[in-house]
Amino acid sequence: MMKLEKKDILGIREMTVDEINLILETAESFLEISTRDIKKVPTLRGKSVINLFYEASTRTRTSFEIAGKRLSADTINISASTSSVVKGETLIDTARNLEAMNPDIIVIRHSAAGAPHLLASLVSQSIINAGDGAHEHPSQALLDMMTIKAKKGKIHGLKIALVGDILHSRVARSNIYGLSKMGAEVVVAGPATMIPRDIERMGVKVYTKLDDAIADADVVMMLRIQLERQKQNIFPSLREYAQHYCLNRNNIKRAKDDVIVMHPGPMNRGVEISPDIADDPNYSVILDQVNNGVAVRMALLYLLSGGNE
Amino acid sequence: MTEEKGPKIVMDSNVIERCLTRIAYEILEKNKGMDNLVLVGIRTGGIFLAERLQKKISAIEGREVPLGILDITLYRDDISKSKKKAPLGKTNIPFDLTEKKVILVDDVLFTGRTIRAAMDALIDFGRPKMIQLAVLIDRGHRELPIRADYVGKNLPSSLWEAVSVNLLEKNGRDEVVIEEET
Repeated sequence: MMKLEKKDILGIREMTVDEINLILETAESFLEISTRDIKKVPTLRGKSVINLFYEASTRTRTSFEIAGKRLSADTINISASTSSVVKGETLIDTARNLEAMNPDIIVIRHSAAGAPHLLASLVSQSIINAGDGAHEHPSQALLDMMTIKAKKGKIHGLKIALVGDILHSRVARSNIYGLSKMGAEVVVAGPATMIPRDIERMGVKVYTKLDDAIADADVVMMLRIQLERQKQNIFPSLREYAQHYCLNRNNIKRAKDDVIVMHPGPMNRGVEISPDIADDPNYSVILDQVNNGVAVRMALLYLLSGGNE
Repeated sequence: MTEEKGPKIVMDSNVIERCLTRIAYEILEKNKGMDNLVLVGIRTGGIFLAERLQKKISAIEGREVPLGILDITLYRDDISKSKKKAPLGKTNIPFDLTEKKVILVDDVLFTGRTIRAAMDALIDFGRPKMIQLAVLIDRGHRELPIRADYVGKNLPSSLWEAVSVNLLEKNGRDEVVIEEET
């Protein structure tokens, strides 16, 4: 398959294995551009990409902006705190106004699940979901899959453990969809209050103990504890959480010898991951994830704007 | 009824080999040896030809001439129009192009648009001293002011004909075929 037939990238759930492979292969070809002296190709000259961010973000927004710029697209960043949102404009009105300025692609992050889908049904431009509530974060799952594929040579047949706050994690949800589609065995672990009900229906095995989940794992993906959730009393204290779920030198030995450790960032050092693991190049591929992220987003922008025709 | 026009073989494996040997010598003659010479094959048709030229030149001169691979997809001028789209391939130029004499290698020279894109791409990698073009087939019909420095065979063709270069490394046999486009 050489075409992406979609108008929008809303989630991994709607993607086929062929589409995921196309995006990953295209992204692998884009990696080289970031190693050049002149990190720019003229491919999307004259196209505009609007980054519409209703939630805080460093990595994802910068990554999309760099991806657009390396392809010569004009990128415009709008963050909710500096836009008409503070004056009370609704998402729908903002979208209609942006549409009238004729951009080619709108990248949106919103705290409400489904906001990108609403936007996609309203405007003719391509929409990329850069994270919607606790629902999906497709570009993150794609860059994670790209990183796993690069380090392990495949995804099929690997045992991959996702540990932490699965309930509130759009990264976990997109990765569970994607990794299962690609043939990996996905297991999750976390305190019972952070495991969504009926998650087994997504085809994953659930553990409450970190040690059980990461036994013989090829990949361990640690999720960020969203400190802002502590007020909701879903875990007693950070110290207690860390005692049970922090990945460290001792418990990592239960995984395979060549295990890789991933984290979507931002990390809480000493809470979900100990600093010596996060900084150990024998385990950690966290900075590879960031590097691959730019390539994946270049691939998405490219495939949505003509590389797909 | 007109007579049926099947595919016609215009070059066989011996002819292709001889052409490439001649081009290898021509490159060395024109550049007075292989100092600062590098080969860059255009994906996909030019890669195997560039590899063969590399072997021949290296055999003649007794040392290896550097070889790079260039994918020009991102520099095309018809990104959203072209129907037949090859997936984006990897570019790999593992050396600095500044002050190098670059021999760009492709299988068929046609409109010249691929070569235009390739030159733009090369210049993004540095400032070569010179870019020269080697092709196995020049079939005419240029749309841009571009010509080849080394040509295997000039092949007059009509616009509705398709010229395909089959190579051992790619299709299991060496031949150049011309046929009416379907």
